[in-house]
Amino acid sequence: MKLKALATAVLGTVWLLAGAGAALADKLVISNWDGYMPKDMAEKFKAATGIDLEVSVHATNEEIMGKVTASGGEGYDVLFVSSPFAEALNQLGLIQNIDHAKLSNYGNLYPEAGALKHDPGNVFSIPYTWGTTGLCYRSDLLKTAPTSWNDLLKPADDLKGKITMLSTDRWLMAAGFLANGLSVNTGDQASLDKVRDELIATKRQLLAYDDTTFYSKLVSGEATLVHAWDGWCNYGIAENKDIKYVIPKEGSDLWVDTIVITKASKNPEAAHKFIDFVLNAENGKWVVENIMYKSPNKAGMEAIDKAMLTQYPNMAISPADLLKYEQLRDLGEGMKAFSKTVSEIMAAK
Amino acid sequence: MSPRFTSWLLMAPGLLWLGLLMVVPCLLIFVLIFFERGTYGGIDWSAATLENFRRAADPLYLTIFLDSGQIAGLATLAALFIGYPAAYAIIKAPAQRQTALLFLAMLPFWTNYLIRTYAWIVLLNPAGLINTLLQWLGLTAEPLPLLYNKFAVVLGLVYAYTPFVILAVYSSLQRLDPSYAEASRDLGASSVTTFWRIILPLTAPGVAAGGVFVFVLSIGNFVTPNLLGGKKFQMAGNLIYDQFLQARDWPFGATLSALLIAIMMLLLFAQAWTAAHARGDNAASA
Repeated sequence: MKLKALATAVLGTVWLLAGAGAALADKLVISNWDGYMPKDMAEKFKAATGIDLEVSVHATNEEIMGKVTASGGEGYDVLFVSSPFAEALNQLGLIQNIDHAKLSNYGNLYPEAGALKHDPGNVFSIPYTWGTTGLCYRSDLLKTAPTSWNDLLKPADDLKGKITMLSTDRWLMAAGFLANGLSVNTGDQASLDKVRDELIATKRQLLAYDDTTFYSKLVSGEATLVHAWDGWCNYGIAENKDIKYVIPKEGSDLWVDTIVITKASKNPEAAHKFIDFVLNAENGKWVVENIMYKSPNKAGMEAIDKAMLTQYPNMAISPADLLKYEQLRDLGEGMKAFSKTVSEIMAAK
Repeated sequence: MSPRFTSWLLMAPGLLWLGLLMVVPCLLIFVLIFFERGTYGGIDWSAATLENFRRAADPLYLTIFLDSGQIAGLATLAALFIGYPAAYAIIKAPAQRQTALLFLAMLPFWTNYLIRTYAWIVLLNPAGLINTLLQWLGLTAEPLPLLYNKFAVVLGLVYAYTPFVILAVYSSLQRLDPSYAEASRDLGASSVTTFWRIILPLTAPGVAAGGVFVFVLSIGNFVTPNLLGGKKFQMAGNLIYDQFLQARDWPFGATLSALLIAIMMLLLFAQAWTAAHARGDNAASA
């Protein structure tokens, strides 16, 4: 245990040095993805509540997980993380329960937002955005519109070398699981091996794996069919009307990005005030119009320009339909076998 | 102040830098090796284990190391073939121009690595400058697949790291006594023979230093395989990156890092030995 204390102390010091100042002042420190909320959030929040807000950014869930697990959450009050990470943070005892009585805007959420499997009743996390993963394609360059995951995984001749897949481990595998009618949280070795072999066969037909610029490849015509998160496909649709989004007939995962409060927060009152502020209709609307993801914030969704509902197909999906899809869950002990399978795919020639 | 104290004082910032940013992280890595990932990420400190070594012994990881060794090796060879003649040309240039030429070789470092890598995407993609030019000249009907393959990865690495070869070879050429080459020619050897028998062996330490630079930097690189290789070629750097940032398995990532560091250390020792050996030979034959 001494070793643990020492290592924790060293790791904690390193992280604290990295985020120096974060823990010093009496203010609220939050960490979010860059560009995932209005740039003037701190000023607006200060004007509304008088509380100073310091915004730090993380590039990935794993980055903020690393910082928070190393420092025990010290130095942060509020975090934006995807639902499997909220689940893991809760299991690790690093986040606290949320007091709904302190959230006057909680009622802005759809009732379905309280029925999410990773956290029924939103005990420790408040959903911020949600959506699907599917196929984004150039309708003018494809002979037939894709309808199935197999249209991507077993591409027709004219698509070979013109498709991209997400390489982020959980979504890469989810495409294979869904094509086989399996749960997106499948962990048994036989299924992992089967999907691995199929995804390796697909790899040989890929233009590239791409998690960040796939929609530009569609716009330029380098790719004609890509594996995409719905909001990111919208960035392509905004540039070219021939780009379309479809959820394959076998379904999608339901991904949810959430807001959580660290257990180490020195100022849980202010943290609740911040979440309440994010839940107002104006901020809900900002998310949809600027990030082009769907929001679980009913008041925000109802405030958006109605033209978006026809222009961007993901916007019209009802929350009830969204909840039919299975959420990615933390894999716990299954993670080792899962990541080895992913390494096998990434290493295959 | 004693001179000894002064020298320690002067070294202090450098030592602190190395200590804090290299020795401490390496020690952390070394400690993590003996533990396992907790069920929900993080580190399970409850029991020390050798389990990570058993997992790393899987042929999968050896294959990835060998594949990245092959790509890094190709990049090293190409960088030497480009960098050596360039260094040779610089040393043969008039003295007042050498500084400017070396400066030009280092100029790319003034631009961010990511931006330079994206520039290659602009050049190489099917609708990019090179393909457009080739098609305009009528040399090819269909765009050539220049991007998202092994060629693009090696090209990116060679482009990025050749300047290190130029610098290393230049400095060893500079130390070379010109009278050796003159003597060789006076004794009737052709320029080619003089190069192969005198100049190249005497600059071997520079070649080895430059080569090791390129190899070590290439095998740990994960940006170039991602952007130019479309992630289809997994290098040791990508594997380790994914263990830390996707699988959240720090102990296993640390184990793979330690193995990579061990391999690199062996290479560096081999290079140091080559250099010492070369000096020994010169001394013996002089």
